[in-house]
Amino acid sequence: MSKGKIVAGVLAPHPPHLVYAENPPQNEPKAECGWENLRWAYERLRKSLAQVEFDVLIVHSPHWRTNVGTHILGVPQFKSLSVDPVFPNLFRFHYDLKVDVALAEEICREATDLGLEMQMMRNPDFRIDYGTVISAHMTRPQWDKPIVGISSNGAARYFNMDVLQAMMVKLGQATRTAVEKSGRRAVLLASNSLSHRHFTTEPPLVEDQSFEHINNHNQYLWDMKMIELMKQGKSRDMIDVLSDFTEQTNGETEGGSLTWLMAALDFPERPAEVHGYGTVIGTGNVVAEWREVEP
Amino acid sequence: MNCTKGYVLPGLPHLLLQPEANPGWKKVRAAMERVRAEIETLQPDVLLMYSTYWPSVIGHQVQANPAPEWVLVDEEFHALGSIPYKLKIDADLAAALVAEAKARNLAARAINYHGFPIDTGSVVVSKIINPKNAIPMVIISSNVYADRAETLVLGKAAVDALAKSGKKAVAIAITSLSNRLHGTKIEPKDDKIHSLKDQEWNLKFLEFLQAGRLEDVSQLSRQFHREARVNKVANFKPFWWLAAVLGQTNKYSGEVLEYQPIYGSGAAVVGLSPTTRAARDLEFDENDPDVYAGERNVLGDR
Repeated sequence: MSKGKIVAGVLAPHPPHLVYAENPPQNEPKAECGWENLRWAYERLRKSLAQVEFDVLIVHSPHWRTNVGTHILGVPQFKSLSVDPVFPNLFRFHYDLKVDVALAEEICREATDLGLEMQMMRNPDFRIDYGTVISAHMTRPQWDKPIVGISSNGAARYFNMDVLQAMMVKLGQATRTAVEKSGRRAVLLASNSLSHRHFTTEPPLVEDQSFEHINNHNQYLWDMKMIELMKQGKSRDMIDVLSDFTEQTNGETEGGSLTWLMAALDFPERPAEVHGYGTVIGTGNVVAEWREVEP
Repeated sequence: MNCTKGYVLPGLPHLLLQPEANPGWKKVRAAMERVRAEIETLQPDVLLMYSTYWPSVIGHQVQANPAPEWVLVDEEFHALGSIPYKLKIDADLAAALVAEAKARNLAARAINYHGFPIDTGSVVVSKIINPKNAIPMVIISSNVYADRAETLVLGKAAVDALAKSGKKAVAIAITSLSNRLHGTKIEPKDDKIHSLKDQEWNLKFLEFLQAGRLEDVSQLSRQFHREARVNKVANFKPFWWLAAVLGQTNKYSGEVLEYQPIYGSGAAVVGLSPTTRAARDLEFDENDPDVYAGERNVLGDR
């Protein structure tokens, strides 16, 4: 078996509004339009990923929140209806997905060896969180690749961002090692927004873009700072300021997805391809891709 | 008053799926069975439930599907098993509550979608205290950004809706006290409150509740949030809501039916019955808004 490889890592946010506006057949609600900046960013991502061969999507999701360690999907197939508890008016998605259980178990083993508390999720009735479903769908709407689903640990709330980041660096390293051992070619998705203060009301027509803007300028400035670091290839600097960023923007980075991704990519010094930035109900979202360099 | 009694109940799935695994969990389950029997005696028209396990962002959500049905698996404790459920919701009262909340300037909406993920706390409590769906329920979400004013007004909106409907209710706040879970897997027999500090604050709250001092507990919620809660949301709201629904006084007869650790968190079963004699009053120094006026621009005009 040849050595596996992470072929790309993506910051792939999961606002349900994006799937809603795409109108895929799997989603019950239908939209007129909306959030094109981000949807076109995903379109560019899909074109970019069409240039590489890969076997599996590995998704780290802030909306599968666990506190007793980190959990990984461990059932070969899931088929059900995912309803967003916050935006059920926008996202009621019928999913049918396969899980690469062997790779999931390998990640679990490697992370356990590094001292992390890990657990495989074996309950077949488990409902996949909407963060995982949305990031995976927007990246690969064909649903022709198996996924590995990883929960986000609540350590940022239980302790602080530094503790969480230390854990996520190990989880990222474990993911990389597991992928290499598995022989798979993997695309990693960190399923989080950047700044994350929502508006708490919606316009009557949710996709009316005249209502859409960043919640506050502070968030915007921080988002731009993060994107600047991505474009400069300064991933370590980005992770160094992530605690402040998260605290000051209510950042969804508190789930650890971005830190996990950077660690799995071994803190890339090459610039990210920023496919686009946009706001969704006041939160800041960027679709950014780090392509691994082929030897 | 249309609320004849209030309860504070925990909602972790161990109580439903594995109560025998730990003597403390078994005691909490037994106390909840007692609550079930008490409620049967009270014969309310509706159970009015505010669940801290159901976070919302777009205002306040109220479950309005008359018969939601699904198989729930807890995202954390999935290994304990699956929970098939079918609930009975008072959709009319849910709609009335939404209307009254809007009349008090809150953002609120009724939720009626097949497959909507009813939260673990609501399902666990419903299955234990209302196993045959003999009493219809209303379930209210906990907005992650809401603070005291908004939550009090939400409770008052429920009072309005109940008064207009003429229905008698039992009000239930579904919440843990301290909410810090063990971060590593433990054997059930090794369960304990996560930290001594959590334990001390839980006991302080229970002392007040035992004395019927609900309004005092309500006014201490900010402090409790800082001292004994993992800060997942803006503040610790269930006692604000419960106090608002029950009249914002200390005129209760309190009974702590049980208190035990569940996976490190503080699980208390508490009953509060209205009485004519007030417990010792403390100084109530927080405002008492009737209408939500929105967020104030504390930075001033720019």
